[in-house]
Amino acid sequence: MSGPAIFADGPLKHAAILGSFCMGFGVVLAVTYIVTADAIRQRSDDDKRASLDQVIPAGLHDNNPLTDTLTLPGHEGKPVTVFRATRDHKVTALAYEIIGSGYAGEVRLMLGVDAEGTVLGVRPLAHKETPGLGDKIEPAKTDWISRFTGLSLGNPPVGKWKVKKDGGQFDQFSGATITPRGVVGAIRGGLEFFAANKARLVETR
Amino acid sequence: MTAEVESSETKTDYKQIMKDGLWDNNSVFCMILGMCPTMAMTTSATNGLGMGLATAVVMAASSLLVATFRNLITQEVRIPVYILIVAAMVTLVDLMMNAWMHELYKVLGLFIPLIVSNCLPLARLEAFAAKEPVLPSLVDGLFMGIGFTLALTLIGAVREIIGSGTLFADASLLLGPAFKVMELRIMPADTGILMAVLPPGGFLATGLLLAGKRILDLRAGKAISMGGAHSV
Repeated sequence: MSGPAIFADGPLKHAAILGSFCMGFGVVLAVTYIVTADAIRQRSDDDKRASLDQVIPAGLHDNNPLTDTLTLPGHEGKPVTVFRATRDHKVTALAYEIIGSGYAGEVRLMLGVDAEGTVLGVRPLAHKETPGLGDKIEPAKTDWISRFTGLSLGNPPVGKWKVKKDGGQFDQFSGATITPRGVVGAIRGGLEFFAANKARLVETR
Repeated sequence: MTAEVESSETKTDYKQIMKDGLWDNNSVFCMILGMCPTMAMTTSATNGLGMGLATAVVMAASSLLVATFRNLITQEVRIPVYILIVAAMVTLVDLMMNAWMHELYKVLGLFIPLIVSNCLPLARLEAFAAKEPVLPSLVDGLFMGIGFTLALTLIGAVREIIGSGTLFADASLLLGPAFKVMELRIMPADTGILMAVLPPGGFLATGLLLAGKRILDLRAGKAISMGGAHSV
């Protein structure tokens, strides 16, 4: 610490060192980002397509639903992106994300419906439910989630779209009611969204 | 620079550095560092293994960098520079895995950003890499990481066996289809004690294993080191 401290060993020197490191690693990160951006976008599209394929049977469409999208205001004005599957330019199926409130935050699911509003399939995308209890909504753990396939808003009647504990017709799990309640509610909400927007969803473009 | 590295290599006891990382000064069971990922990610042996491996890669890379630049980094700004290096390594690993090892990323992707919040890499940079030459620092970072991996896998295995009745479930997603044989079912489904995979189980399993290691060390006649981050 001798001499005019500001340059020799003073704050400017430390600032210059810290600044150079920030600059250097900033450049490294920017280059890596540019190099990987395309591959990452590609992988993310592949993932989305895989989750769509699970709720829309492959034979139903001759287009790429991933690029034929429609954005509509959903519950509480939140935008919902709808993926449309068409065959011979007629809408055969739709898929969109629905969100239920689970025991530990949001349960995000992908819902597939046909042009009449009948459920083609539901798959959980992401959730933080308790392992061993709430995670029974995963198809890898139990087949619970598959019971919704083929149902619609009239079948069962709207009043029965609840878990049994709430007077509805869907089983909860032993030890976990909140997760299935959230999932059933989300699916019912998704079907109501379809009913409210049917004309725009199935119109031929 | 080269001369300096070579001269100190002759003095460096690599065997002891490795042994420190794996057992004598194990990050979890001695230094009690990195408890957040240790508790949160060890609900199964596979999760523990994944978190540990990702951490080991980041630790080895950041130890290498800090040791390389150790004469440039001044005392006053060393902590921000270390944080910068750890965060940059984590982001690089995250981006590159997402792009080029996507199947692995789907399993590990969740863990990688959490490494930034782990104090263990920072502790090793400060206690070791900041003072030692490049090669010993790399070995220290790597073996501290491997020791962390072993500890997390062990805690994960105990919690998974008791809680879910399985061992290394889904290991083939992490390591490749060839490792399907590792996936064992030890008890029938739905017979596990759920608490083991919930947060209290993390504390219980870690505490009991920590006590177990102390007993082994006592039996071996070793003085118990309540090693902090600074006792190298």
